[in-house]
Amino acid sequence: MDMVNIKINGMSYQVAAGSTILEAAREAGIDIPTLCYLKDINQIGACRMCMVEVKGARSLVAACVYPVNEGMEVFTNTPKVVQSRKMTLEMLLSVHDKKCLTCKRSGNCELQTLCNEMGVDFDNRFDGAVPAGNKDYSTLHLVRDNAKCILCRRCVAACQQQHVAVIGANNRGFDTEIGCAFELPLSNVACVSCGQCINACPTGALTEVDNTQAVIDAINDPEKIVVVQTAPAVRAALGEEFGMPIGTNVEGKMVAALRRLGFDKVFDTDFGADMTIMEEATEFIDRVQNGGKLPIITSCSPGWVKFCEHYYPSLTENLSSCKSPQQMTGALIKTWYAEKEGIDPKNIVSVSVMPCVAKKFEIMRNDEAAAGMPDVDISITTRELARMIKLAQLNFARLPDEDFDPAMGVSTGASTIFGATGGVLEAALRTAADVLEGTDHANVEYHEIRGTKGFKEAVYKIAGMDVKVAVVSGLDNANELLKKIESGEADYHIVEVMCCPGGCVNGGGQPIVSANVRAYNDVKALRAKALYDEDEAKTLRKSHLNPVVHECYEWMGGKPGCHKAHELLHTTYLKRDRF
Amino acid sequence: MQKRISTLPFTDTPEQHQKLLDVIERLKGQKGAVMPALQEAQDIYGYLPIEVQKEIARGLDVSLEEVYGVSTFYSQFSLTPKGKYHISICLGTACYVKGADKVLDRLIAKLGIQAEECTADGKFSLTACRCIGACGLAPVLTVNDDVYGRLAPEDVDTILAKYE
Repeated sequence: MDMVNIKINGMSYQVAAGSTILEAAREAGIDIPTLCYLKDINQIGACRMCMVEVKGARSLVAACVYPVNEGMEVFTNTPKVVQSRKMTLEMLLSVHDKKCLTCKRSGNCELQTLCNEMGVDFDNRFDGAVPAGNKDYSTLHLVRDNAKCILCRRCVAACQQQHVAVIGANNRGFDTEIGCAFELPLSNVACVSCGQCINACPTGALTEVDNTQAVIDAINDPEKIVVVQTAPAVRAALGEEFGMPIGTNVEGKMVAALRRLGFDKVFDTDFGADMTIMEEATEFIDRVQNGGKLPIITSCSPGWVKFCEHYYPSLTENLSSCKSPQQMTGALIKTWYAEKEGIDPKNIVSVSVMPCVAKKFEIMRNDEAAAGMPDVDISITTRELARMIKLAQLNFARLPDEDFDPAMGVSTGASTIFGATGGVLEAALRTAADVLEGTDHANVEYHEIRGTKGFKEAVYKIAGMDVKVAVVSGLDNANELLKKIESGEADYHIVEVMCCPGGCVNGGGQPIVSANVRAYNDVKALRAKALYDEDEAKTLRKSHLNPVVHECYEWMGGKPGCHKAHELLHTTYLKRDRF
Repeated sequence: MQKRISTLPFTDTPEQHQKLLDVIERLKGQKGAVMPALQEAQDIYGYLPIEVQKEIARGLDVSLEEVYGVSTFYSQFSLTPKGKYHISICLGTACYVKGADKVLDRLIAKLGIQAEECTADGKFSLTACRCIGACGLAPVLTVNDDVYGRLAPEDVDTILAKYE
């Protein structure tokens, strides 16, 4: 690597040529405050927070976009720099809805933190006219409150990176607002509900639709039996809301907390994931043997499914008809479990805790109602669960570790790794290889398709056949892959697509990690590791070895792919417009 | 000034549509094609309604929001159709201090439309513009190519009557 010599605050450093001042300073252990900068997503030098002095330069420069060069002398903390940053913050505050006390992002807001750190003295120095600050409550999954927007465009960049690009800056100057084309509500454009914009937002301008009150009301209704399920990725991130390191697996404490919140039964979406594998592997084998549509593409990720419907409607037949694990678990709660326990499914409130905001949309989809009523009634995110735990004043760190309720709480390692990109396909291959070859393979790990890379492919020899597989996460990668599939250039047999970069561990409902922490940590990889570790520690690591799965098929009176399974566990898709 | 979006029905002749498709075909694949596409589309239709912007987005394979963002950033683009008589009232400094805002208020009241809008019968459209270089006549307005200066709000009535 080519290196250059620079000085930062009078100290000499050797840094990589071509890096920005910001990157070089961070490498040297010096932080420069940022606001619009979000590593790998948004680097546009718009907010002017990262201004630094460069010797010989005419004015202050934006460190996030200004490249270093030989002999450069940078000053990151002079009175002039501090004054400039303070003024930038005070100007932002002049048009900001400063209701911090009641803001969901209070304590986790980058604007608030910076005002604090920079010692901003006045929140009204530049008071004057305030822009309209429109709000958008139109969707099931997110709320936009432009009165808290600082126009950093991180959400816009995140949406572009997802190849969706339905939000952007409209109008100009003082009237600039982030919104959709022709000021349409978000519900009327081709938003896929992934929520990556929420995770990118430094302030409280973007938040999930909060459904916690509905859950609390259900719990307090003596007539209702409230059953909850939690997705694998939740346990890998929930601890962050309580100050634990990224990548701490808090499964046991999470289950304990859910019981103490008053849920009647605590089930594991992992069980539904094992069911998904049984159905999906069967569907895959059937398509291969009977000339069905290939590649088969996974359908667990509702943001991805909606993307496919909007942007590649011609490929919806490639989607596996399997419901997602959330919906399978929900369907079986209101049918199998209800019947077993002699409960009228009408009295069950089926709640899910998901790393995802698109799940709020998924529960309202057509053909997701096995018992003639919605499979899942309320879906909340990891963040909302944390809020409920805080509201109930549970001391999370001191809770004991408890197990899921056994009726639908037994799961295998195969289902745990659903939360990371590549996990669904690996789980499917574990089962497909055993079923097709009629053996119990000792080696269950498919390392080629692990890791956080956005696009992975491999060829596995299963029962004498070369099975070509691909794994993508993040919709820009999905888009590239789909173009190839549509044109016939790619000839994969089975493809896993996850909407969010890195898979569900990095979902739009997960704890929000500030840009500073993201700059130094590979959050996706740390959270995924928690799941792979759990898989490795499990005795049962293949979905078809889950005893509860077998009980369930006995009840259905058949095998995977049987008539009843199709009735309860499969769904249909729509063709939607892109515009 | 924030752009206003037309609520009037969009009319499109086969000739206009073909012209638009030709423009898109010519610009397709070029970098920065959105701006020229919008400019030429506005030449064809006089304004840029959602139907036209969707066609451009689809044709150039960019998002509709990107097209719309550009169309609302530049003052040269209009999202409302031009009337048979297009009225521009100057709100430049000289006109403004001479009471152009009162003249604009009168126009709004008489026409029943806001600035950057068009009457439902397609007869009049109204825009507030910046200095047109006739400060000596302030406050000043134009109707198509006719210039009217040294205006008082009452003059609006007689001017409009000429075009009824």
